[in-house]
Amino acid sequence: MKYFQTFLRYRYLLFNLINRDIKVKYRRSILGILWSVLNPLLMMAVISTVFSTLFGMGGKFGGLSVPFHIYYLTGATIFNFVSEATSTSMMSVFSASQLIKKVYIPKYIFPLEKCMFAFVNMLFSLIAVFIVMVVSRVEFHATIVLIFIPIIYALIFSIGMSLLLSALTVFFRDILHIYSVFLTAWMYATPIIYPLGILNDHPKLMFIMKLNPMYYFVEYFRSVVVYGTIPGIRDNVVCLACSIVMLIIGIAVFKAKQDKFVLYM
Amino acid sequence: MSNAVEIKNVSMHFNMAKEKVDSIKEYLIKFFKKQLFFEKFVALDDINLEIKAGEVFGLVGLNGCGKSTLLKIISGIYKPTTGSVKVNGTISPLIELGAGFDMDLTARENIYLNGAVLGYSKEYINEKFDEIVDFTELHQFIDIPMKNYSSGMVARVGFAIATVTKPDILIVDEILAVGDFLFQEKCEKRIDELMSGGTTVIIVSHTIDQIKRLCDRVAWIEKGKIKMIGETDEVCDLYTQTSV
Ligand SMILES: Nc1ncnc2c1ncn2[C@@H]1O[C@H](COP(=O)(O)OP(=O)(O)OP(=O)(O)O)[C@@H](O)[C@H]1O
Ligand SMILES: [Mg+2]
Repeated sequence: MKYFQTFLRYRYLLFNLINRDIKVKYRRSILGILWSVLNPLLMMAVISTVFSTLFGMGGKFGGLSVPFHIYYLTGATIFNFVSEATSTSMMSVFSASQLIKKVYIPKYIFPLEKCMFAFVNMLFSLIAVFIVMVVSRVEFHATIVLIFIPIIYALIFSIGMSLLLSALTVFFRDILHIYSVFLTAWMYATPIIYPLGILNDHPKLMFIMKLNPMYYFVEYFRSVVVYGTIPGIRDNVVCLACSIVMLIIGIAVFKAKQDKFVLYM
Repeated sequence: MSNAVEIKNVSMHFNMAKEKVDSIKEYLIKFFKKQLFFEKFVALDDINLEIKAGEVFGLVGLNGCGKSTLLKIISGIYKPTTGSVKVNGTISPLIELGAGFDMDLTARENIYLNGAVLGYSKEYINEKFDEIVDFTELHQFIDIPMKNYSSGMVARVGFAIATVTKPDILIVDEILAVGDFLFQEKCEKRIDELMSGGTTVIIVSHTIDQIKRLCDRVAWIEKGKIKMIGETDEVCDLYTQTSV
């Protein structure tokens, strides 16, 4: 209850910070908000051109039931959301040192804000997904109304991971570099630029894949958006467990370390 | 009369690492070389202090004696290593040089940011905006980034924001020293106003005259310990005599 009250007191700060980020991101670019829609589209164009040339197999290959560029775009939307939320959060506490050293503020506001900002950006890139689906004549299923479920799982997961990373970064600045390498590895460990089907002959790789929470978020998202299927109880339990566990770890580490932050800034 | 601030047995220790260890690599190297010992520096040593609601309380002492550290502990920015702090009421942001501003933003943006830090809505700041700007007298500079401000100008904005509403506790760390005499007068008048409205004020200043003018009671801190607490004139006179 007490926590909720402090949170309410600082909600204006949260909005103000998100607002500031939006201004900074879009003020100087001519294309404005359009850029958030165009960026994933351009990336998609590049990747799918490269891949269809490389594999020489038109739109569908590796057992894909939808065109490759749709497959890529849906996977990348979720992955980029988590990746952007966590990597911008990492520096958030440290960059706010001017404020933290002068005023008492609940410090979790900063990673939380970055996650919300990444969330806003992700909503724009959803526009790109819908545009491409319409243009490519992909069937819209009723299951698309469940699109918020995988997004919420990914959001909770991102918040947990952001709390963890932003706390550690205050003490160890080089985590920044390690994490960018980790993100690249993580992207390859998630079925985004290759069809999941190509792992069918490699049970070991498939096993490793199933240890990756991102795999579940991405596949969940594709299920409701393009495959038109509703993931079962088991998938939901796995997704929920991954995000809640991550959130608990994040909160625990952040809470244990936050009083020390100011001494390291 | 109730207390605005109660400080019991507060000590603050800092790690005096000769070089900062801020990467995993350095940490591991130091760890294996067994160089990870930290020299402990005692910035505050067993401080006991009660500040009454509604009084103007001064802190004096030489550079590095721990005044700013004590204010940061009262504000909740530092957690004391040992001891406890009890604060009754809302605290304005700690106003000192370069107070919690984002120097890349304009003063206008910083006013909204700082207002939000204090939990004020945008509408509320809109309402108070002119009042704040009037107080700073910086109308023509309000839309330039604050990194281009002089330190006195920054101090003006900081003071104006912190005192726009009546906080229960106002903390002022040497900020008055950089303002010109006109602004100092204005600030002192504002402090008087707040005080008569019941605000508790805690002031750090190296200008003893100012302390004498404003404060009801004063604590003299020496090397992290309280040397003396008492009536303003008594403490100030002894402080100036022994320190010269
Ligand atoms: N973050 C920190 N890490 C290590 N030592 C610190 C830190 N902050 C303050 N100190 C040390 O604590 C001591 C007290 O500092 P403080 O800023 O409280 O002094 P002060 O009384 O405000 O001095 P001044 O009159 O110059 O403002 C100083 O010796 C300072 O070096
Ligand atoms: Mg000081």
